[in-house]
Amino acid sequence: MPKLPAPPLPKSLKPKPKRPGEGNGNGNGDGAVGLSHPVAEAGVSAVDWIDERTSLSGGIRWMLFRKVPRGVNWFYTLGSATMFAFLSQAVTGVFLAMYYRPDATGGAYESMRYITDQAFLGQFVRGMHKWGSSVMVILIFLHMARTFFFGAYKYPREMTWIIGVVLLILTMAMSFTGYLLPFDQRAYWATIVGVNINGTGPFIGPYLSDFLRAGPEFGATTLSRFYAIHMLLLPGLIIALIGAHLWLITKLGISAPPWLKGEPDPELEQTEV
Amino acid sequence: MADRHKQTKSKYTLDRKVPGAFEGETVTRRRLMGLGVNGAGIVAASAFLLPALGFAIGPIFSREPFDWQPIGPPADFTQDTYKTETVTIVPGLGEVGKSTAYVRARNPAIDTEPADQYNQFIALSSRCMHLGCPVRFTAAAARFICPCHGGVYNFRGIPVGGPPVRPLDRFYTRVNNGLVELGPRYSVNSELRRFSARDPGQPLDGIGQYLYPARFSTSVLPKN
Repeated sequence: MPKLPAPPLPKSLKPKPKRPGEGNGNGNGDGAVGLSHPVAEAGVSAVDWIDERTSLSGGIRWMLFRKVPRGVNWFYTLGSATMFAFLSQAVTGVFLAMYYRPDATGGAYESMRYITDQAFLGQFVRGMHKWGSSVMVILIFLHMARTFFFGAYKYPREMTWIIGVVLLILTMAMSFTGYLLPFDQRAYWATIVGVNINGTGPFIGPYLSDFLRAGPEFGATTLSRFYAIHMLLLPGLIIALIGAHLWLITKLGISAPPWLKGEPDPELEQTEV
Repeated sequence: MADRHKQTKSKYTLDRKVPGAFEGETVTRRRLMGLGVNGAGIVAASAFLLPALGFAIGPIFSREPFDWQPIGPPADFTQDTYKTETVTIVPGLGEVGKSTAYVRARNPAIDTEPADQYNQFIALSSRCMHLGCPVRFTAAAARFICPCHGGVYNFRGIPVGGPPVRPLDRFYTRVNNGLVELGPRYSVNSELRRFSARDPGQPLDGIGQYLYPARFSTSVLPKN
């Protein structure tokens, strides 16, 4: 395995070389960390204890302190922005789930009214989730456009692109299943229309819409089915695929912008006589 | 073509000099263990995956029961205009399980489809055949109009404008104990031939009836 680059610590945090004949006070005399305060020592030894058993620090350095090509710019942050939009959705969604009831006979709408009107900061958290969903969809499309126009989907990054497309489809599925949950008129009729669009697929369409509705009509379990898909099935898949996406990005490195000309290594240009 | 230099391996482990082999053994213990462990894993995973899958797709195959719903005496319904009736599609679900039926008496002058015991009263479903929004009967225009995407149907429920792909669905009707009763919903093609209930957006003319086959889950006319 190649030697990993050292983390780019600022000068003030780098260990100072020991003066001759001087220990650093922690007794083992290795001088790796130039901290002598007992509290700092406790923190360092706790981190060391974990790192000795997990070797996490190598993985974190591999993940975070990578070399990136020259010319990267703000467009390269769209992927991270999408991920943070997803994290925001996940956190606000967990807290909304503490109040929400997937009860089609009226409880669902009443619980949404309670969240919006009564619960402390409920309107804010629900608003974050509602508007954040649109932000996530916009960001994922911008990220896709950046990848497409910069040609970043080409060899060897095709798998990253394919996983990204699956993530886009899963995000669309999240939007579709989440739209029903407020259970007002708009949510109900939009879901009726959406399920019927699914049903227009030849041969399997009728059975697909039966699967989505859990029956031939919009029934008692349709809402809880959408809720379970929205908060358990799809988030799990999205988290797993984001992990694979990030692993490939770290393994392959990010692509240079297309306007950057490759510079040949001067050593390769030397002609051997 | 057989490679004559190729040494064919004996099926007996003893001949192959496998350590620990014994007389007559053909499958090594390592291979047997590997197959056994993988097989046990497959059985264990199937034990929860298959029931879960069946649980999730089960509703596709369970047929919905249906009861005849009385809506009023025959004198309530005329041949000239529709009366709005609330019909329960899914019981026990409150408002969400209800839908609207537009009901009138059969008028032999305009209803050219063959008469039988189930269409002495014409009951149209309010579900638009484009994507399922609720249509409204506008008496002045004698048209059904959909608010979502502008579908328009004539007095008989046959589309005359907009995106709908087939005439409005209907309910079986009968007169029982002096009351008009509504039965299961069914779909019709442009010649008003009956099909089992299809979802909106699925044409039933020509190739459409084969592209969108009948489902296992729709209510059927009770045998009586």
